[in-house]
Amino acid sequence: MSKKSFRQAINEALRQEMRRDPRVILMGEDVAGGRGGTSGVKDAWGGVLGVTKGLLTEFGEDRVLDTPISEASYIGAAAGAAATGLRPVAELMFVDFVGCCLDQIMNQAAKFRYMFGGKARTPLVIRAMYGAGFNAAAQHSQALYPLFTHIPGLKVVVPSSPYEAKGLLIEAIRDDDPVIFLENKVMYDDEEDVPDDPYTIPFGEANLTREGDDVTIVAFGRMVKFANEAADRLAKDGISCTVIDPRTTSPLDTGTILDCVTDTGRLVIVDESSPRCNLATDVAALVAEEAFDALKAPIRRVCPPHTPVPFATVLENLYVPSVEKIEAAVRAVASYRVKEEA
Amino acid sequence: MSGTIIPVTMPKFGLAMTEGKLASWSVKPGETVKAGQELADIETSKITNGYESPAEGILRRHVAEAGEMLPVGALIGVLADDAASDDDIDAFIKKFRDEFSSGEESEAGSAEPQRRVIEAGDLKLSVLESGVDHDGVPVLLIHGFGGDLTNWILNQPALAEKRKVIAFDLPGHGESTKEVGDGSPVTFAATIGKLIEALALNRVHVVGHSLGGAIALELAALKGDAVASLTLIDPAGLGQDINMAFIGGFIEADRRKTLEPVIGYLVHDKSLVTRAMVENIIRFKRLDGVVKGLKTIAQTCFHDGKQAFGLRPVLEAFRGPVQVLWGEDDEILSVSGADGLPESVTVIRYPGTGHMPQLEKASEVNKAVSAFLDKAEAK
Amino acid sequence: MQIARDILLSSYRSMRTIREFEERLHVEFATGEIPGFVHLYCGEEASGVGVCSHLTEKDTIASTHRGHGHCIAKGVGVDGMMAEIYGRQTGVCRGKGGSMHIADLSLGMLGANGIVGGGPPLICGAALSHKILKDGAVAIAFYGDGASNEGSTLESLNLATVWNIPAVFVVEDNGYGEATGSSYACAGNQKDRAAGFGMPYFECDGNDFFAVYQAAGEAISHARNGNGPAMLHVHLARWYGHFEGDAMTYRADNEVAKLRAEHDCLVNFRKRVTEAGLLDASALNDLDTAVKSEIDAAVAAAKAAPLPDEADLLKDVYVSY
Repeated sequence: MSKKSFRQAINEALRQEMRRDPRVILMGEDVAGGRGGTSGVKDAWGGVLGVTKGLLTEFGEDRVLDTPISEASYIGAAAGAAATGLRPVAELMFVDFVGCCLDQIMNQAAKFRYMFGGKARTPLVIRAMYGAGFNAAAQHSQALYPLFTHIPGLKVVVPSSPYEAKGLLIEAIRDDDPVIFLENKVMYDDEEDVPDDPYTIPFGEANLTREGDDVTIVAFGRMVKFANEAADRLAKDGISCTVIDPRTTSPLDTGTILDCVTDTGRLVIVDESSPRCNLATDVAALVAEEAFDALKAPIRRVCPPHTPVPFATVLENLYVPSVEKIEAAVRAVASYRVKEEA
Repeated sequence: MSGTIIPVTMPKFGLAMTEGKLASWSVKPGETVKAGQELADIETSKITNGYESPAEGILRRHVAEAGEMLPVGALIGVLADDAASDDDIDAFIKKFRDEFSSGEESEAGSAEPQRRVIEAGDLKLSVLESGVDHDGVPVLLIHGFGGDLTNWILNQPALAEKRKVIAFDLPGHGESTKEVGDGSPVTFAATIGKLIEALALNRVHVVGHSLGGAIALELAALKGDAVASLTLIDPAGLGQDINMAFIGGFIEADRRKTLEPVIGYLVHDKSLVTRAMVENIIRFKRLDGVVKGLKTIAQTCFHDGKQAFGLRPVLEAFRGPVQVLWGEDDEILSVSGADGLPESVTVIRYPGTGHMPQLEKASEVNKAVSAFLDKAEAK
Repeated sequence: MQIARDILLSSYRSMRTIREFEERLHVEFATGEIPGFVHLYCGEEASGVGVCSHLTEKDTIASTHRGHGHCIAKGVGVDGMMAEIYGRQTGVCRGKGGSMHIADLSLGMLGANGIVGGGPPLICGAALSHKILKDGAVAIAFYGDGASNEGSTLESLNLATVWNIPAVFVVEDNGYGEATGSSYACAGNQKDRAAGFGMPYFECDGNDFFAVYQAAGEAISHARNGNGPAMLHVHLARWYGHFEGDAMTYRADNEVAKLRAEHDCLVNFRKRVTEAGLLDASALNDLDTAVKSEIDAAVAAAKAAPLPDEADLLKDVYVSY
């Protein structure tokens, strides 16, 4: 057990799985970097933010494959390799680039098993960075997990901490279905205790990071951290919150969400993705349908505005849901009282 | 002690503890307390434990409120008698806080015992050593099924005041290799034999808890000369029955809801089972190879719902001193296992205590073990 | 080039099976009993069979929306295919894929594909598997002249060369992408595209099994021997519309009639093997009869087969969920 960053946790998960299973390979743009350069330096980048650094040295060029900037071909190749005996982990760099290869994910990998009558296995992991907070603007900052969650056949993982990232990534690599694994790039330097041994965290099992009586907060990815912070602040004022980290948006642990909402009667959902048809709307619909009688207040969603992610820091800070906004939403539902009939 | 003001500070339970949460106060401001009376419940990432008053006096202030997370050594309350005025108390609090915050940095850098990895044969064992290396015989702590070296966090520091104390994770547990072989106490004992050699120890006092007690006995059978004394806490091997709901539940339960009642079997006071404790066990069980190893151990040691070994003959044959400590309300291994032991064996039964007296009755167990070891060495 | 008698016989049988299968579908589709739409491979048989005659079950192919021929050539059974096209539970995909998604990974058939340009990237992956697993196999992407303009195809040509993988890109150039002629839609030519991505280019007449067999053999050997990808450009023609029901108003009146009369790969094949004394006409006639009854039986079985039930709706979305 030692302190590891989100980046190190992911690197270690990849390394341990590549050691365990020779069929696990890595591919993507600059996952090593440096091939064809004039300096002769190999593993020049180890991923654009250094997440895969050092893997080339240990596993060689046959298993750590740099690709051309050519998402349709290599994401499709990853799907094809997965269907024919390998267990590829393909890195899409920024999830926004899915625009260049959505067919290979949505129409190919996700559909094989169903449309081939259950005969295909596609053990593919696609890793990609998501999230605002990096001044990377509209084409490098989106939180697109709802897009993938919408597609049957895909599993979607949104880890909220280094411990979660390692266990969920190893689970993803060992899973026989296509998995989209989304890493919030603002979190790469977050640190916490992470076991040195390999371990797995099952999909579809939410984690309760706080347990309280008054309000349930469902949050995804980096928003879990914000929700915890808000819950700790609110606890000082006597408002106790349950914070649910669903870990995976597909499958979604609807049982835990409904149980917690039944206990607290109040629900706030924090989702960094664009507000229309996102996970917040999905969870809100679930609770409205299945736990309506338990609700003591309207459901509140804390989401960005329905705009592209802006560039300027001041605007970006306004865009991303904040601890303060979460706190305000919780206070609003906690103090909500049904109006008496006149 | 007229006018004396005594700080009540965040205690340090275990070597790794750097901060703790004041879970609740047991005493209101203005109430008089005796030394050793429980003042508050402190929650750490591992356990919740009662905090005993360092002295007699009136609890004058709650400096920290329930729910607050504070670093070890931070002021949480103030004890004094009537002679101290409120102004004195305020001044004391201010002074303490000023000094504490300035001293915080340097303390963080102080040397703490660190885990290290020792190779015992093919296996890598995670070992935590503490205490001063006197000429005396060191103490080796062996945890039980599903446990790890942190089971001793309330005991190792106390025992280490006078002796070198070695806690370690058994194979298949904690941070050690997850390979358990056939999972039998004999196999574990053989590995410990190699650990003792690797640590270049001649003799050790062995303290074993639960399955660790059975392992301690097998170690005594295997390497009698190396075992200076045996302290067996709620040990396996002396009775027949075993609570299979615990063993099976521990292996199968994988979510907090299902695991929490299983962990409850370990203690008499169920409030000791905290979220953090359950979470740590869930995290342990997620590690590759752990569940497989636990199943192997359970299959070997507890097949057919009975303990697969009777170690009373080993105990009777052991020539060194033996002490048996047992919680009277042990729900996993019945306290009846302590009945009918040879007269030479010191037996202490703790009322209102479950399977883990070293946790539930930490200070009493620490005193009993220390006294027993002192006596053993005096002989 | 000498081709063994058993290969000649099995190739003829495959081509005849495809022809019979497709002609029968043309008839059955008109009855309205077949759901969805089908794209027929009639006229193109020599291409799929000429290529697949060089392959074993270890080799992988990816097909197109016009995939029946490739499936049969790669060994997928006509009973399961027919039942699939009829949307039956006994279909090769349990009635959940239909004509455009027939696949059998155990035979190295990575699927027909409803997305134009869907196959080439997948084949890069399959070829990578063969390279890393060192199984000596190759991966073949069949795609049309229409798909040759897809970015995914062009990216795949590049990636295959960059990775030096055993992939063969087979362009089945039937002159039309849906209702638009390739003379309009394809800039430049396939040969220069291959050259542009640094891979050897082979070209052949797709109505001539022997020409396809020869050229495919060279392209596949190139890839199988570790020399990287190759392109095989097969010139051929489809006899029916883009899909069944296509009135083909974009084609000249006599275009298809002329093709059938002068460029039938089966007629060409029979003529060649009988004239050269390689096979007897009677042996071929026997195969024709056998194939006809096989297709009759497949249709009858498909019509009689159970429909998928409600449980099938939710099954096999994931391996586990």
